Amino acid sequence: MLVLLGVAVMVLGFALRLNPLAVVAAAAIVTGLAAGFDIVATLTVLGKAFRENRYISIVWLILPLIGLLEREGLQERARTLIGRMKSVTAGRLLLLYLLIRQITAALGLTSLGGQAQMVRPLIAPMAEGAAESRHGPLPDALRYRLRAFAAATDNVGLFFGEDIFIAIASILLIKGFFETNGIIVQPFDLSVWAIPTAIAALLIHGTRLILLDRRLAKDATPEMSK
Amino acid sequence: MIGFKPILPFGFNVLYPLGGLFFMAIAISGLLDHSNPKRWGNAAFWGLLAVVFLAGDLLPDAVNGLIAILMAALAGFGQIGKGVAAPDPGRQARSERWGEWLFIPALITPVVALVGTKTAKYLTLNGQPLIDPKQATLVSLVAGILLATATALIMFRAKPTTALTEGRRLLDSVGWAGLLPQLLAALGAVFVAAKVGDVIGNLAVTWLPLDGPLAAVVAYTVGMALFTAIMGNAFAAFPVMTAAIGLPLIVHRFHGDPVIMGAIGMLSGFCGTLTTPMAANFNIVPAALLELPDRNAVIKAQLPTAGLLLLVNTVLMYVLVYRF
Repeated sequence: MLVLLGVAVMVLGFALRLNPLAVVAAAAIVTGLAAGFDIVATLTVLGKAFRENRYISIVWLILPLIGLLEREGLQERARTLIGRMKSVTAGRLLLLYLLIRQITAALGLTSLGGQAQMVRPLIAPMAEGAAESRHGPLPDALRYRLRAFAAATDNVGLFFGEDIFIAIASILLIKGFFETNGIIVQPFDLSVWAIPTAIAALLIHGTRLILLDRRLAKDATPEMSK
Repeated sequence: MIGFKPILPFGFNVLYPLGGLFFMAIAISGLLDHSNPKRWGNAAFWGLLAVVFLAGDLLPDAVNGLIAILMAALAGFGQIGKGVAAPDPGRQARSERWGEWLFIPALITPVVALVGTKTAKYLTLNGQPLIDPKQATLVSLVAGILLATATALIMFRAKPTTALTEGRRLLDSVGWAGLLPQLLAALGAVFVAAKVGDVIGNLAVTWLPLDGPLAAVVAYTVGMALFTAIMGNAFAAFPVMTAAIGLPLIVHRFHGDPVIMGAIGMLSGFCGTLTTPMAANFNIVPAALLELPDRNAVIKAQLPTAGLLLLVNTVLMYVLVYRF
C-alpha cells in the first residue's frame, strides 16, 4: 500500500501545477523509498532505466532540420498552399489527415506522422492557413485551440490505426502475455478486432473536427473594417 | 584489427555517441546565447544529458540516477529559460523563392525512415547485417534525419552552425518538456521494481463490484483506461489488469473470448493515454512544440474523443466478447 505514495505525489504535483519534471523525479524517489529500497538503491533503479531509455530523447536530432526549414519559411509556405485551396477548411483538412494517419498506421507505416516531424512544421500551419483564408486573422484562443486539435488528431489517428497492423508492439505484447498464461492467440485475429474501434474513432473524432469548423465560422467572424 | 570496437551492425553503439555529441553542441550553443538570462541553466541541463549519452554505460547507475535528479532540480527551480529570437523579415520572401521545393527536405526523413525500417533485414555487408534489426526503426529515422539535414544545408547554402542555432532555439522552446518522456519511462521502471501495478490490481479486485458479466467488462475497460492514465502507458497496464480482472473473470468465469477482450482492452487503455500528462511525448511535448500557453491544451482537446471512445469500447466488448 505504501508504494502508492509515489502515485499520490504525481497526482498532487500535477494538480498543483508544479514543474512536471520535478514531480516525476520526486515520485520516483518516494516510490523507491516507500518500497523499502535505500536511497542509493533507488537512484540505481532510476538511473539504470534513465540510461536504458536514452533512445527516447534522440528524436530531438530532428530539430536542426525543422529549424532550417522554418527559417526558409516552411510554415508560411504550408499556410499559403492550403490558403489557395478554397474548398479546404481546417476541419476537413484535419479529417483528411486523420484518415491518412489511421490507414498508414494500420499498414505499419507509423513513422509517416508525428508531432515534431509533421504537426509542427506542416499540419498545424496548414490548418491555420485554411482557417485564416476563410475567416481572416484568428484570435489567439482559437488559434491555440486549432493547434491543439492538430496535435490531438495525430495522436488519435496513430493510436486507433496502429493496432490493425499485426506486427505492432501492442499486438505482440497481448500475444506474448496470453501465451505465458497458456492461451494461444493469432496476431491476425487480434488486429481484426481492432477494426470496430478504429471506425468508431474516425466517426467520433471526425465529427468533432466538422464541429470545429462550425465553431470557427461562429467565433472567428472577420471584422470587415480590417 | 583486434582492439577495434565493432561498429557493425549500426545500433545504439552509433546512436548514443551521436546523440551525446548533439546534446553537447546544444549545450555549447545555448551558452553562447546571450539573449537568454538563464543560459547557464540551459547549458548545464543539456550538458548533463550529453554526459548520460556519452558515458552512461561507464558510470555507476546511481550516478546516472543522480544526474536525472539534478536535471529535474534545474527545471524545478526554474533555471531553464529561452532567449529572444531576432526578427527575420526575409522569411516570407525566401518562402516565395523556394515554392513547393521547400517540402522536399521535409519529406526525406519519413521516406528514409520508412524504407529503412522495411528493408533493414536485407542490408548486409560481408554477410553481416548492416543495421541491428532490434533498432531498425530508430537507426532508419536517424539516417533519414541526417540525410534530410544535409540536403537542406546544401540546398539553402546554410552553415551547420545555423542549423545548430535554429535547432537549439526550437529545443529551448520545448525546454524541460523535452526530457519528460525519458524520465517518465525511468519512473515506470521504478514503479515496476516497487510492484505498484500489483498493488493497484489487488485494490481494483477488492473494491470493484464484479458480480456479473457486464460489471466485469466495465471494470476491465475503465480499469485499463484509469491505470493507463496513472502509468502513462497502456503496455504497463495491460498485464496487470488482464491478470487481475480480464482472465479470471471475463475469460474463465464468464467464458468470454480472450482475443476480443485483449484487442479491445488494449484500445481502452489507449483512451487513457489520451487523457494523461504522464504520456508526455503525445500530450505535453506537442503543447510545447506548438507554443501553446496551456500545457494541458492537447489533453483538453482529446478528452471528449477519449471519453466517447471508452464508452464505445465498453459497449463493443460487452456485445462481442461473450458471443464468439
